[in-house]
Amino acid sequence: MEHVPLAHVLILSTILFFLGIYGFFSRRNLITMLMSIELILNSVNINFVAFNKYVYPHQLEGVFFTLFIITIAAAEVSISIAIIINLYRRFNTIDIEDTKNMKF
Amino acid sequence: MNYDLSAVLILILPLISFIGLSLFGKRIKPELSGLIGSVVLVATAVLSLFVAYGYFFDFGKLDGAYVKHIAFQFSWLQFNENLSIDLGLVLDPISVMMLLVITFVSAMVHIYSMNYMHGEERFTMYYAYLSLFTFSMLGLVVSVNLFQMYMFWELVGVSSFLLIGFYFTKPSAIAAAKKAFIVTRFADLGFLIGILMLSFGAKTLDFFVLIERLTATGSPYLAGFTSTTFMGLSTLSWALLLVFAGGAGKSAMFPLHIWLPDAMEGPTPVSALIHAATMVVAGVFLVARLFHVFAVSAPDALSIIAYIGAFTAMFAAVIACTQTDIKRVLAYSTISQIAFMMFALGVAGWGEGQNEGFTASMFHLFTHAFFKALLFLGAGAVIHAVHSNEMKDMGGLRKALPITHVTFLLACLAIAGIPPFAGFFSKEAILSSAFEHNKIIFYVGLITSGITAFYMFRLYFRIFWNKAPHADGHNHEGHTWSMNIPLIILSLGAVFAGLIPFGSFISADGKAIELPFHLMFSIAPVLIGVTAILLAWALYGKKSELPAKLSASIAFLYQSAYHKFYIDEIYLFVTKKILFNLIGRPAAWFDRTIVNGMINATASGTVSVSESIKGMQSGRLQTYAMFFLGGILMLAALLVIKFM
Repeated sequence: MEHVPLAHVLILSTILFFLGIYGFFSRRNLITMLMSIELILNSVNINFVAFNKYVYPHQLEGVFFTLFIITIAAAEVSISIAIIINLYRRFNTIDIEDTKNMKF
Repeated sequence: MNYDLSAVLILILPLISFIGLSLFGKRIKPELSGLIGSVVLVATAVLSLFVAYGYFFDFGKLDGAYVKHIAFQFSWLQFNENLSIDLGLVLDPISVMMLLVITFVSAMVHIYSMNYMHGEERFTMYYAYLSLFTFSMLGLVVSVNLFQMYMFWELVGVSSFLLIGFYFTKPSAIAAAKKAFIVTRFADLGFLIGILMLSFGAKTLDFFVLIERLTATGSPYLAGFTSTTFMGLSTLSWALLLVFAGGAGKSAMFPLHIWLPDAMEGPTPVSALIHAATMVVAGVFLVARLFHVFAVSAPDALSIIAYIGAFTAMFAAVIACTQTDIKRVLAYSTISQIAFMMFALGVAGWGEGQNEGFTASMFHLFTHAFFKALLFLGAGAVIHAVHSNEMKDMGGLRKALPITHVTFLLACLAIAGIPPFAGFFSKEAILSSAFEHNKIIFYVGLITSGITAFYMFRLYFRIFWNKAPHADGHNHEGHTWSMNIPLIILSLGAVFAGLIPFGSFISADGKAIELPFHLMFSIAPVLIGVTAILLAWALYGKKSELPAKLSASIAFLYQSAYHKFYIDEIYLFVTKKILFNLIGRPAAWFDRTIVNGMINATASGTVSVSESIKGMQSGRLQTYAMFFLGGILMLAALLVIKFM
């Protein structure tokens, strides 16, 4: 039944994770950065599901954890969008380079 | 009314007066506050007469000797079962005598001040301070233990400071108050160390237990105390000498006398009360309180006291001859007279036929309080009339101030030791006890009493005879009854106080003694006194050039005496040049560079570190995320290394 080995799934999630990291650091647009964070979260989800499936097939904790993460990600997105809207109202931009007032 | 309650009331009434006047003084008229203070003090004086009567004639005697009577005592601080500090009130011959003197003179001064200080801005506070002083002095003399005495001792010092600096807008008054406070505090350091040593050796603070433990033959406390010696004196002698140092500070013994002449910056009635009659004899009282220990266990310390006293008596008397400020003359005269009391204690011993010096000293304390307070109040009346302290502004005042003149003359006769005035009897007793025990001190005392007569009558003739400096006369203010009555009452004391058979009331061991009195013996002092008075008359009775010529012929001696033998300058040299440069400056340098430097280095180090790292807070979200990621990677690496 094991058509896809665990290592492949883990490689996929790693690629996804570092894509997210790369996007988070290289993009200047806050919305794009938010999307990168979603990528990171999804790579983690894949990890959870894969380990649940391959290491403990008779249990469901990994799957449940994934569901929780998806829920929290939704909440997080709504808060992030609210923050971004406020930023936009204040600075008229959502470019991260233009919003660095909070410093020493 | 019972005696114990009255004794407690004597102490409490001035305290209440002080608290009341200082809290509510602003709401009442100044005249009223003066009246309140005076009435309270007169009541206290009456109460102490009552207590003294009760003590001496009713309950004080046991088997023919006066014994101590604890009127009131409670344990204030209990450290452990052996060590506690009590507060209490003890009546014994010397404390009862002191109660009488203090309340009486204080009452006189309160009444006198109503006129003298009239119209002063801080009149109410003046009365409050006077009451505070009276309270603390009374507390001092009735103390049951060394520590209580020390507390009241300091209270007395504070109220003296407040009263010397009463005219605090005058820089000289501030300087004098500071000087008095610092000098006596310096002396009190010795007193405190002495108290600690004594109480460590005797394992108690209570006077009577301490005296018993340190005098009984074969007492383990005494043996432990005298077994160790330092520079030829036993530890006990050192402890007692340190205690005496405190007494010498308050009583202005050489070389700690420098504060007393300057203390004359205070109002004159204050000088009469504090710096003549009561506070300055606290040192004598202290030695008298511990006299038994001194006499039995440390006679070497006692003889040191005798020599210091004799030297101070002579020294101050010589200076008094040259001063021109009348209050300073009186101040040096006070130092000299207190030194008389001190060396009278010094030459006395313990036991039958040895201890009349003790009685003589207390007797002189008693009579001196009257005539010296009288002299000061009289001088105050003169100053009040001519608005100057200097002799050159005075002269020929006998017609303008008749009552002052007569009372001042009586006081001068008393202090000069002319019979039958008070000073004659007490000085006679001192001289004869000195004659029996130490001839050198006797001759010093004899010469000094001659000098005393000379400078007192120099003062008297300069003020009341001689020639008025201004032809038009002075602006004499009328003196009201409140200034004259204390003068008259005190002059009664100065005349008759010597007739009291003092020896039957006060002696070192409580048994009545007969003060030696030989007619033949008293011829010499009286003759010297009369000669000195005649000399003073010849020099100062009329205006003449003689005194100036005389002082020019002994210019060196005169100048050095006029400058108080440069003691103040020596002190200034030692403190300013030596102590200041050797200790003050290095200490200041250490404080500024080392201590401050360390603090500043900490502060500037913090500043530079935070300056250098504050750039990390850049406001860039992605930088923060980079740090975060870096941290995570590092942790991950650690975990990997650990579990590989």
